[in-house]
Amino acid sequence: MGAGHTHQLYRPGDTVVHRLPPHCKLPAVAAFAVVVVATPREAFWAFGVYALLLAAVAAVARVPARFLLRRMVIEVPFVVFAVALPIIGLGERVEVLGLSLSAEGLWSAWNILAKATLGVVASILLAATTEPRAMLLGAQRLRLPQTLVQIAMFMLRYMDVILDEMRRMRVARESRGFTARDVRHLPVIAKSAGALFIRSYERGERVHLAMLSRGYTGSMPVIDDLRATARNWATAASLPAAALATAVLSWSVS
Amino acid sequence: MHVPDGFFNAAVSLGAGAFAAAGLAVCLRGARRELDDRTAPMAGLVAAFIFAVQMLNFPVAAGTSGHLLGGTLAAVLVGPYTAVLCVAVVLLVQGFFFADGGLTALGINITIMAIVTAVVGWAVFRLITRAVPRSRAVIPVAAFVGAAVSVPVAALVFTLLFWIGGTAPIDVTSVALAMGGVHVLIGLGEGLITALTISSVLAVRPDLVYGARGLRAKLVLRTAGGGTTEVTGEPAAPSPARGLRPLLIGGALVTVLLAGVVSFYASSSPDGLERVAGDKGFNAGEQDHALGDSPLSDYGVKGVQDERLAVGIAGIAGVAITVAAGGAIFYAVRRRDRQGGLEGAHDGEKITA
Repeated sequence: MGAGHTHQLYRPGDTVVHRLPPHCKLPAVAAFAVVVVATPREAFWAFGVYALLLAAVAAVARVPARFLLRRMVIEVPFVVFAVALPIIGLGERVEVLGLSLSAEGLWSAWNILAKATLGVVASILLAATTEPRAMLLGAQRLRLPQTLVQIAMFMLRYMDVILDEMRRMRVARESRGFTARDVRHLPVIAKSAGALFIRSYERGERVHLAMLSRGYTGSMPVIDDLRATARNWATAASLPAAALATAVLSWSVS
Repeated sequence: MHVPDGFFNAAVSLGAGAFAAAGLAVCLRGARRELDDRTAPMAGLVAAFIFAVQMLNFPVAAGTSGHLLGGTLAAVLVGPYTAVLCVAVVLLVQGFFFADGGLTALGINITIMAIVTAVVGWAVFRLITRAVPRSRAVIPVAAFVGAAVSVPVAALVFTLLFWIGGTAPIDVTSVALAMGGVHVLIGLGEGLITALTISSVLAVRPDLVYGARGLRAKLVLRTAGGGTTEVTGEPAAPSPARGLRPLLIGGALVTVLLAGVVSFYASSSPDGLERVAGDKGFNAGEQDHALGDSPLSDYGVKGVQDERLAVGIAGIAGVAITVAAGGAIFYAVRRRDRQGGLEGAHDGEKITA
């Protein structure tokens, strides 16, 4: 922990990408992901173009490649699955380096790897250039249900507090010589979870009362007015538009 | 366990997204009843709790460890609607702020991990607590069964979605067996820790456990004159009708989703999986889809010649059906809330008419 109020993924900066209003960036990234998923897997070159587009965004936003690569670890479980596909897949087999692999499995492994990687990189870029709070304000501007946005707001605000409480309980357990080794130790873990729930819930009650005493009526005041000019929208739309042009080309070519 | 982009095709991703949105709309209304007016701050803290508890690893067997999904735990602790909202918010935050789980797969992730686990877990929990005499000892047992059932069911729903719109060629029955088998074990772990957690909360603050409301004996005040008055301070137990309603709504939505999406697949050319299965003779025992005769399938094959266009139109029609049905159910529920005591079926007729 110890990250303070900024988030692990967020990298402060002052570039064109950082300055774009969040409610322009959110739909842009979502549209990009949909276009990538809808691209036929045979169009290798299209995925190359997508990767170049993302690289361009990363360059403009000054997000270093090392940062991106480190955050891509999140993908690993599905990389393992994708590697297994050609081996367990069905259909005609092809010989690659002396291994009998399923052709269909190879195709889908490539499909999942390419699309998942592009999606993860796009999400990382979004999270790296948008402050979490601003992202939620953007979601609110996009008319997401108030309650949902507020739940996410409170969750983000208190997440580190709750995680810290959990860490303190773990330190307390371990300083008394406890390590969970097998199923018989489950009750201890479960009691921690129960205590954590009670603490979270009671904190929620206190937070709610404190908010009420400050005039909370169920909606949060928006102080900084987020406005997007047509130019902002056009800038944000350039990424999905370029991707869509590529996808349309790949549909007509294949 | 978060599904990334590219795992499911675009049609199923969008269909699941529409389903998840409809489910969340229903839950947003329901959650207001469960947490009174405190929805946002309370649910936010509960979501943070679920996020934290998902990081809590526990040993399963032979050196492996698992972590909680938390759907059933949240449903029993704070009620099913709030539980779905909290888990969904956890997934949204993980998707947007941690890049965990694809943005196009958000609908699928929310459907499987938030809606299915919470609704199935809560339905099983309510069925058990209704069937046996209510006592405090029953609650953890019912929670155990609910959680243990919800995890393999979620795995099977994943397999089903994968069969409809997955992008990898795997034999469905073997995947279902493998997923089901592994998740029965994971479900046992989930059930055990859910039951233990709930019993530890019950021991300290029984009033906080939503699933145990109405268990305590009523407080009776006896005056010196011999008169007695009952104090009804505690909120009433969740009514059986409300406990079953999520199950009914969820079942209806799933049916409609399948009607929309499966018929589209029954119609167009077999996808990779089906083709491969056909080549290898795997599907000899497989029956035709029950919905293969729907108008959509005719539409996809006969009406439009270009295959891609046909798939597109059928896919969009499937999504439209899902959205329309989700909206209709949502309105039915809302109208019944407002007018009170109206029959659900009667209400639904009025809206579709």
